[in-house]
Amino acid sequence: MKKYKWLVPTLYIIFLMLPIYWLINMSFKTTTEIINTYSLWPQKFTTENYVKIFTDSTWYMGYINSITYTVFNTVISVAAALPAAYAFSRYKFLGDKHLFFWLLTNRMAPPAVFALPFFQFYSSVNLFDTHIAVALSHCLFNIPLAVWILEGFMSAVPKELDETAYVDGYSFGRFFFKIFVPTIAAGIGITMFFCFMFSWVELLLAKTLTATAAKPIAATMTRTASTSGYELGLLAAAGTLTIIPGAIVIYFVKNYIAKGFAMGRV
Amino acid sequence: MNKTINQKAWYFVIPVFVLVAFNAAIPLMTVVNYSFQETFGNNVFAWEGTRWFKQILLSERFHASLGRQFAFTFIILLIQIPLGIAIALTMPKKGWGVPVCLILMSMPLLIPWNVVGAMWNIFALPDIGFLGHSLNAMGFDYNFTQQPGDAWFTTILMDVWHWTSLVVLLSYAGLNSIQPAYYQAAEIDGASRWATFRYIELPKMKKVLTLAILLRFMDSFMIYTEPFVLTGGGPGNTTAFLSIDLVKMALGQFDLGPAAAMSLIYFFIVLLVCWVFYNLMMKNEAQS
Repeated sequence: MKKYKWLVPTLYIIFLMLPIYWLINMSFKTTTEIINTYSLWPQKFTTENYVKIFTDSTWYMGYINSITYTVFNTVISVAAALPAAYAFSRYKFLGDKHLFFWLLTNRMAPPAVFALPFFQFYSSVNLFDTHIAVALSHCLFNIPLAVWILEGFMSAVPKELDETAYVDGYSFGRFFFKIFVPTIAAGIGITMFFCFMFSWVELLLAKTLTATAAKPIAATMTRTASTSGYELGLLAAAGTLTIIPGAIVIYFVKNYIAKGFAMGRV
Repeated sequence: MNKTINQKAWYFVIPVFVLVAFNAAIPLMTVVNYSFQETFGNNVFAWEGTRWFKQILLSERFHASLGRQFAFTFIILLIQIPLGIAIALTMPKKGWGVPVCLILMSMPLLIPWNVVGAMWNIFALPDIGFLGHSLNAMGFDYNFTQQPGDAWFTTILMDVWHWTSLVVLLSYAGLNSIQPAYYQAAEIDGASRWATFRYIELPKMKKVLTLAILLRFMDSFMIYTEPFVLTGGGPGNTTAFLSIDLVKMALGQFDLGPAAAMSLIYFFIVLLVCWVFYNLMMKNEAQS
């Protein structure tokens, strides 16, 4: 039985890779070939779908928009969550437990509930169709998540570290940035990974809050599908390209992923 | 850790508080506002009391989508949790296999949700998709755009594909935190594989598994984009889960009052279940 243990993860990975392979397969075919023939690999290999995406600004701007608001959101979430997580991990204060649960409830709020009020709210403050609007709206679920993960990492650091630093004459600011932040660097990395991930994959809010100037790639895809017929090859190529940023991010944090989950705080 | 009482800690929390309140409280108040009123456009509102709440709670449409939602969430939990544990148990613990498994298994988690839907749509199409074509070639009459059973099967398979890795990663992390001494003790006692799992591994994974169930419950209960792109809620309304139904009502038909009432009921159900889980989790943490 032990001998065949590797079969389970291997079969699972094959199952995971099949739809991805199919998408990549489609992306190298012409639309006519996709519709008319069924084949396991492209019969007439073509890169024209990719050429179209990289030369047409409505397509490649979608990627730039998505990456822009995702990065904004990651920076805002982590910057705001750092001091808050420190407070939750080190101090008791009035209403701390309730505040913590209230933050978590926002991670539980279905985005569909918020879509319409967000649209009206961001329109009324003239932020509609800007990157910052999407970045701010994603804070709804990313800030609670960031606070939660960071608090886990910070609680694992003994309080003696803080006290020794103060005895050595460090001011709070110097201690925090020179000693504390480097100590939990791995935790900050994991937090950024999750913020990036959830902001990158979310579509409902991003689509509701944008029209043209900040339109995410995912929305470009759905709108193209409905307006210019069903260009499957192009859609497949665009979909394949959305996998790449995620893959790059995973590669950089691979050693931390298991550890980050191990904190039990995701 | 024993924490110091310090009310000034509130200053540290203010940025988070303001950002989340800005995003959560104001829109939520808008929803509450709509839920008690009738609107005729142009900002004209009339007080309706609890009429919309009664209408939603008594409507068959809401009961149907709520039922579908619970069925869906229950089925995917029933598949993903045991499957995730099984895969985590059989994953390599050291060597080159670890990063390979981690990277490949994390891939589905980082694909935008509508791309997941589109990818599965292409993959499952009966004529040109690998899954659809293979199933039909094997003699099954499979067509997820027309047969409700097939639509459910595809939606569930897609969710298993998309999210089982999260359970795997969590369980794997839980398993890794078990000291080798426990396994040695089990071996000396001559414990069977099942006994080792039941009395050593499972209790050690309790915390991460509660978390996995909580996360999978929350996210599957809010699922919108993937089934929307895959099936559009169809055929008919057979895969219209709560969020899909809600967006249809709010943005499609612009029935703001009933949609707002439904939002609040929906949010309340999620909150209630999560509150129970959260308390369980905190109790676990206090014990360990």
